[in-house]
Amino acid sequence: MSVEHPIPPPRVVFSDRARALLRQLRAEHGPLLLHLSGGCCEGSAPMCLRASDFRVGAQDVLLGVIEDCPFYVAAAHYAYVAFSQLGIDVVDGGGDSFSLEAAEGVRFIARSRLFTDAEAQALEASGPAPRGPQAVAAASGADGTCRDTPTGRT
Amino acid sequence: MGNQAQHPDHVDESRLRNRYDNFIGGEWKAPLKGRYFTDKSPIDASTLCEVARSDAGDVERALDAAHAARQGWARTSPAQRAHLLHRIADRIEENLELLARVETRDNGKPIRETLNADVPLAADHFRYFAGCIRAEEGSIGEIDHDTVAYHFKEPMGVVGQIIPWNFPLLMAAWKMAPALAAGNCVVIKPASDTPMSLAVLMDLAGDILPPGVLNVVFGHGSEVGGPLARSPRIAKIAFTGETTTGRQIMQYAAETIIPQTMELGGKSPNIFFADVMDEDDGFLDKALEGFALFAFNKGEVCTCPSRALVQESIFDEFVERAVARVAKIKVGDPLDPATQMGPQCSAGQLEKILGYVDVGKQEGAHCLTGGARAHLGGALENGYFMQPTVFSGNNNMRIFQEEIFGPVLSVTSFKDLDEAIAIGNDTVYGLGAGVWSRNVNNTYRVGRGIQAGRVWTNCYHQYPAHAAFGGYKLSGFGRETHKMILDHYQQTKNLLVSYSTEAAGLF
Repeated sequence: MSVEHPIPPPRVVFSDRARALLRQLRAEHGPLLLHLSGGCCEGSAPMCLRASDFRVGAQDVLLGVIEDCPFYVAAAHYAYVAFSQLGIDVVDGGGDSFSLEAAEGVRFIARSRLFTDAEAQALEASGPAPRGPQAVAAASGADGTCRDTPTGRT
Repeated sequence: MGNQAQHPDHVDESRLRNRYDNFIGGEWKAPLKGRYFTDKSPIDASTLCEVARSDAGDVERALDAAHAARQGWARTSPAQRAHLLHRIADRIEENLELLARVETRDNGKPIRETLNADVPLAADHFRYFAGCIRAEEGSIGEIDHDTVAYHFKEPMGVVGQIIPWNFPLLMAAWKMAPALAAGNCVVIKPASDTPMSLAVLMDLAGDILPPGVLNVVFGHGSEVGGPLARSPRIAKIAFTGETTTGRQIMQYAAETIIPQTMELGGKSPNIFFADVMDEDDGFLDKALEGFALFAFNKGEVCTCPSRALVQESIFDEFVERAVARVAKIKVGDPLDPATQMGPQCSAGQLEKILGYVDVGKQEGAHCLTGGARAHLGGALENGYFMQPTVFSGNNNMRIFQEEIFGPVLSVTSFKDLDEAIAIGNDTVYGLGAGVWSRNVNNTYRVGRGIQAGRVWTNCYHQYPAHAAFGGYKLSGFGRETHKMILDHYQQTKNLLVSYSTEAAGLF
């Protein structure tokens, strides 16, 4: 007998403007990845990097894949964002950063919405979020292209 | 801090430029691609100047200049290097008001801080390392009667430094002074949010060092910081910033096998024992001020005491008095010497802080004061002002665990010393901490028990040269602002010398 789980919500969602910016950056720089940073200055914000410029670690948690860009967070920081849906948007002005968009005078920012109890249960039922660089392949379609997907369901 | 700040009403600003190029090889050099970005003030979003938007080609030019100067500078006597560092300090002090004003306009920090802390401390760090390098010496080990190990300290060569926007001039001094003192040539990238004070300093003091010894390349992290950090032509990289970029730079350094120092932020606990309220005296007043120090530099400090842990038995009374004090913090134009808190450094920074205030409210934390953007009207309406904000909640909440980098304090209670240490250490970071008590056993045990690089004891937010600063855990590694940082900027050369005239007898 199979147990039916409700579909878990995505851990990260992008505004239209953030998606458009990602597409623009991808056209300019090639394959990208996003990594939610911690710490001071430009920390606690998504960093958008060339995929070839950052080695995803075995403990990094894949929060989702947006516009073909995997979105990771370090395990130590995942412990606290695990219960929030991150809404990624773009703000004008500000932030020196290694994140690629900062050179254009804009910054990705993360806003948060706490998951409802039902959403949290659905996420828990779907199993642990995938970790490490190989998690992207698991989140990809059969044709080898990544599709937008929440983690926890592959 | 603490001294009466003067208001620099009559500062000669004729030396300020509308546009700054890169400072390379002792000269101003336009960026190769001819691009510039606009540096704006967070006070009113007005334009301050244009600054070179450099890229990898400009970094290479700076590295060329640094390498050309490397051997000569390494051979300059420590006395001469110290002399030149003192002259830089002199020049900073002679232009204290101008630099303070520039720093305040560019970063938004109150003029009373830049006049009394940022700029004088920057000068003092040059003086401190000028002194240290005079006293630096290697060692001699007598291995046996005829064999001696000599240890010489040698410069690394050309080093890369990437600094943040929260203390633009002071962070530059923290990093440049020891590197230069130790005989290295420097290529430094200031933050593109706050490039102006270092640009002005190079204008004021760029003639002091031999050309190429100190090179400043302006621009964005991805366009200048990345090429600098991954260059095989640097012998060491120093970075202050956030964790993802810290990791990225360490990955680059793994490719070129060079040492790094990293300072990556914190979530520092400020611990108040019940006995602070044993008397209503000057010490209690000092402790209450210590609570409010989260608002220092608008919370944009890696060591911001952003978690207050207050002993249960005094929680209500102490927090009530402390919050009343926070509510009196004067937010306004940072050029006004009466202003205690200026605007956040950028629009993005303000948005992020407001996002965390929202998270705190969603998590059920209780907002005791503040909790919103500060609307000051007039020209300041365009500035990025935030109300000093205090939440009460528990240490599992995100606002207790994630670095907000703004004037947002999260308060909780503890029962006893062991619980204070446990909550204090329940964080991924370990940069700073504060402990307040009239009982030296409390302060000592907390001080030793907290896993952080610095535990301020009955004080906070003091940054003197000769006290080591750096992190445990995810806050990074390496210790700055103390002579021990010289070891991060020097190689050890061992000469193992035999004075025996006899063959060893092996072959």
